[in-house]
Amino acid sequence: MALVALATLSTHCGGGGSHKNSLNPMAISASNVQPVVVNSGPAGNYANGLFTSITICVPSSSNCQTIDGVLVDTGSFGLRLLSSAGGGALTLSLPHQTGSNGGSVGECALFVSGFTWGSVNTADVSIAGEHANNVPVQIIDPTFATVPSSCKNTGVPENDTLQSLGANGILGVGPFAEDCGLACAQTGSSNPGMYYNCISGSCQIAAVAIRQQVQNPVALFSRDNNGVVIQLPGLTGAAPGLSGSMIFGIGTQSNNAVGLAEVFPVNSSGEFNTTFKGQSYPAFVDSGSNAFFFLDSSITGLSTCTSNSGFYCPTSTQKLSAVTSSDGPNQTINFSVANADTLFSNRANFVFEDLGGPNPGTFDWGLPFFFGRTVFTAIDARSTPAGIGPFWAY
Amino acid sequence: MLCSLPTFGVLGGDVSSVDADRIHANASLRVSQGQNYTVHELRSATGTVVREYASASGKVFAVAWRGPYLPDMRQLLGAYFEEFQKAAQAQSRRGGHGPLIVQEPGFVVEFGGHMRSFAGRAYLPDEMPRDVQNGEIR
Repeated sequence: MALVALATLSTHCGGGGSHKNSLNPMAISASNVQPVVVNSGPAGNYANGLFTSITICVPSSSNCQTIDGVLVDTGSFGLRLLSSAGGGALTLSLPHQTGSNGGSVGECALFVSGFTWGSVNTADVSIAGEHANNVPVQIIDPTFATVPSSCKNTGVPENDTLQSLGANGILGVGPFAEDCGLACAQTGSSNPGMYYNCISGSCQIAAVAIRQQVQNPVALFSRDNNGVVIQLPGLTGAAPGLSGSMIFGIGTQSNNAVGLAEVFPVNSSGEFNTTFKGQSYPAFVDSGSNAFFFLDSSITGLSTCTSNSGFYCPTSTQKLSAVTSSDGPNQTINFSVANADTLFSNRANFVFEDLGGPNPGTFDWGLPFFFGRTVFTAIDARSTPAGIGPFWAY
Repeated sequence: MLCSLPTFGVLGGDVSSVDADRIHANASLRVSQGQNYTVHELRSATGTVVREYASASGKVFAVAWRGPYLPDMRQLLGAYFEEFQKAAQAQSRRGGHGPLIVQEPGFVVEFGGHMRSFAGRAYLPDEMPRDVQNGEIR
């Protein structure tokens, strides 16, 4: 993530525009179907960003706001919205979650490309015809309180602005119901320091009960709450945009049956395996990663880019193949990696089928994996006709 | 957890800094012998495993981490932390989220994963013992 490059681009593109997400009305066919789009996003410069809109309300009220340009992310858990203080669309004032000492609960949520800092608030959340009440959400807000040193000491950039986040929020619909789990509910040295009690702008690491942690809203829906299905059309090469659907529930309605898709159980780390050139690596399926991020040049034979660091730049497009597997099932995935410098040189395109980059020791099946597929993400411990989550199926 | 940070860190430091890190991270320690180096493996109370690679001369030339949370990177990267922070901020990446890779002269950090499971490594290419491959650092 380049703060400088992003700032330049977003100025150029007008930044903050919220009408880029032209939704496909054909996709709105059932109350569990939410349109999603791949486009440049609200900051105007996102490559392979999957966005949707959500409606949040002050709990038990009709005081609501619809926010678009929210990144759909199967690699994280919970809803995070960027406050207007950080340049985001959120202006609705939501009640703060109260900490054990009477202060406000704060959170430092970690992503590989940066951390988000802000408060934990409560909202009623609506997406398509689905509703969840009293959902703990993170309000990303650089002005909420001084960022604690334990958060800063991650060393990764602070993603608390529209330019650094590239989205008005992140909707984490991955295979877990909350973003931390038992560790954050404990006191002492086993608490990793994601949650804080904040009084007068000063924050101390705090234990927060699992149900009070930031929640995957899907897990709190009154129905269709065992997972999500993301359905995107295929494309050849690159395009300015792409429209698809996010369908809630797995095997709960006629439009979300697993059918012939193969089921891949996910371990407690949210991962399975991928074998490349005879060697097995930890792997995951992540709509919030914007490319195929896998291994390194010494193994893939793909050189990295000079001008777009973090991506591969082979001299010609390379056809590759890898096998995804859990205990038992396996499926060969064919994919291609093109030269990212060349792809990005066309300023009109924001969807790239063949975008890849390094990720030593790991296989991250990012958004291009979803193109031309129906991908099911089942939530931990939730049952579906195809088995108990967590799993991916495709 | 509340002890004050030592002013030296692990990466690039003497192997004795491993013990300071163990105390800082409230971790258990296991030592194993590679061909040209020793590996000090620390498992913190949060379940994150840190491996620190020390050459025969006792210098830590690489560190790797894997687990649900990040270790204290300021402590782990020591003198290299500020450089990492600065380079990570200045990444010339096209808009989007993905792994964080920092390649500075004499210092490399590679960090990937997702919420609830992170993995990464940092190493000093010029300090690596001969015959040690990057792939061994994990």
